[in-house]
Amino acid sequence: MRVTAKVNGVTRLADDVWPGESLLFVLRERMGLPGSKNACEQGECGSCTVYLDGVPVCACLVAAGQADGGEIMTVEGLAAADGELHPLQQAFIEAGAVQCGFCTPGLLVAAHDLLARQPDPADADIREALAGNLCRCTGYEQILAAVRTAADLMRPETGR
Amino acid sequence: MMEFLRARTWQEALAAKAERRDALPIAGGTDVMVELNFDRRRPAALLDLSPVPELRGWHQADGWLAVGAGVTYAELTGERGQAERRELGRRLRGLAIAARTVGSPQIRNRGTIGGNLGSASPAGDCHPSLLAARAEVEVASVRGSRRIGIDDFFTGVKRSALAPDELIAAVWIRPPSGPEQFAKIGTRNAMVIAVAAFALALDPERGLVGTGIGSAAPTPVRALAAESFLAGAIGDAGLWESRRPLPEPVMSEFAALVSAAARPIDDVRGTAGYRRHALGVLARRTLGWAWRDYCEEAR
Ligand SMILES: Cc1cc2nc3c(=O)[nH]c(=O)nc-3n(C[C@H](O)[C@H](O)[C@H](O)COP(=O)(O)OP(=O)(O)OC[C@H]3O[C@@H](n4cnc5c(N)ncnc54)[C@H](O)[C@@H]3O)c2cc1C
Ligand code: FES
Ligand code: FES
Repeated sequence: MRVTAKVNGVTRLADDVWPGESLLFVLRERMGLPGSKNACEQGECGSCTVYLDGVPVCACLVAAGQADGGEIMTVEGLAAADGELHPLQQAFIEAGAVQCGFCTPGLLVAAHDLLARQPDPADADIREALAGNLCRCTGYEQILAAVRTAADLMRPETGR
Repeated sequence: MMEFLRARTWQEALAAKAERRDALPIAGGTDVMVELNFDRRRPAALLDLSPVPELRGWHQADGWLAVGAGVTYAELTGERGQAERRELGRRLRGLAIAARTVGSPQIRNRGTIGGNLGSASPAGDCHPSLLAARAEVEVASVRGSRRIGIDDFFTGVKRSALAPDELIAAVWIRPPSGPEQFAKIGTRNAMVIAVAAFALALDPERGLVGTGIGSAAPTPVRALAAESFLAGAIGDAGLWESRRPLPEPVMSEFAALVSAAARPIDDVRGTAGYRRHALGVLARRTLGWAWRDYCEEAR
């Protein structure tokens, strides 16, 4: 089947899609967007988190056909068109929140959604929002610090 | 080759299911996709219900709330959705507490109440609260629709009373007039399949108590003897009116009766003995919380 979706603002299509394959597979293997990672394929790790129609979901649990006609944003859509990193990405680098980096794309999308809903989250809110994202390198303290820093950077009064 | 059928309306969905009984419905996909990704299932076709608008909302009729099968956990908790959907969690407190314990934000954003019922897992977290509230499941086919009492819906491990051409339309709940509670025990807080779960609903207006047990029998079950014992004890002592503390022997007997209603198994997540014990603890704890809420309501 053919799947058409708006991905990071651009209409993309994939042909010969097997209906049972996941949105994650379509993004990585058919659309050349390997940012979203495949680690568990069962919704446990969150490294495949993308926005589907404005809501963060595990791309490994969305059937390709369910994304047809949908709007998707992946980690590749966070930075500006000229390559300037999003404040969240900048904060992850500065805080040392990236070790092997496998969990980072999913964490960035989940954290992006949190800050869009709650510009000034408490630590408990951050932990809760990231509860579905596992980091096997276990750098959670730095990840929390990065989200706090990004929140500061993004607030209008202090933001860059 | 697997076919992908996409229903845009409820009529289309019912027609597709009538024609293709071998099509596996998919809503949030959080159970179905795990099975497909791991080659545990190869249905001849998938029937995508996620675009069907009729499944996404809720409405009121004759004191009942009809919650569409496509309503997500995040909508039940109020994490997502418009103001009207947030209202749902305020009315269905037991279900909202249970929804809050499900998976992770990503899973709650996709997973639906209809999918939980469709999977009919003994560990499904909606089931205890639906049992406690004596909910009814509305199922439909091109032949018409019917409402199945929640006690009759679960027929075995991951089996339900749904006929091959039927789909789940909605869950009907008459919100209990008093406090509702839910608690589950797992090996950690996030992302676990419950080892035991328990829901309680107090309905002072009708003098009723409702219970639901999860993960401790082949199907989710009510603890019928515990329900009638507690309703009797509260009624006989005039405690609905006086809102005085529940006597200790009443709490203990209730916990013992809930424990006895379970038919647990030993598995990797816990032994039968542990599950029985855990259920007694959960029953006592949720009753303590619910009765405290009931007493505080009056102040
Ligand atoms: C990481 C992870 C964590 C989880 N944690 C929990 C948890 O804590 N508690 C819990 O209870 N569950 C949990 N689950 C299981 C799952 O999320 C729930 O069972 C969820 O409610 C399924 O809903 P869905 O819409 O995703 O269902 P789907 O996967 O789309 O469908 C599930 C089943 O229901 C059928 N179905 C769906 N809609 C209908 C309909 N309208 N009519 C007829 N049949 C239908 C499908 O054919 C399928 O058999 C978890 C899953 C994952 C991956
Ligand atoms: S790969 Fe999707 S949640 Fe792990
Ligand atoms: S940085 Fe390695 S998994 Fe998180």
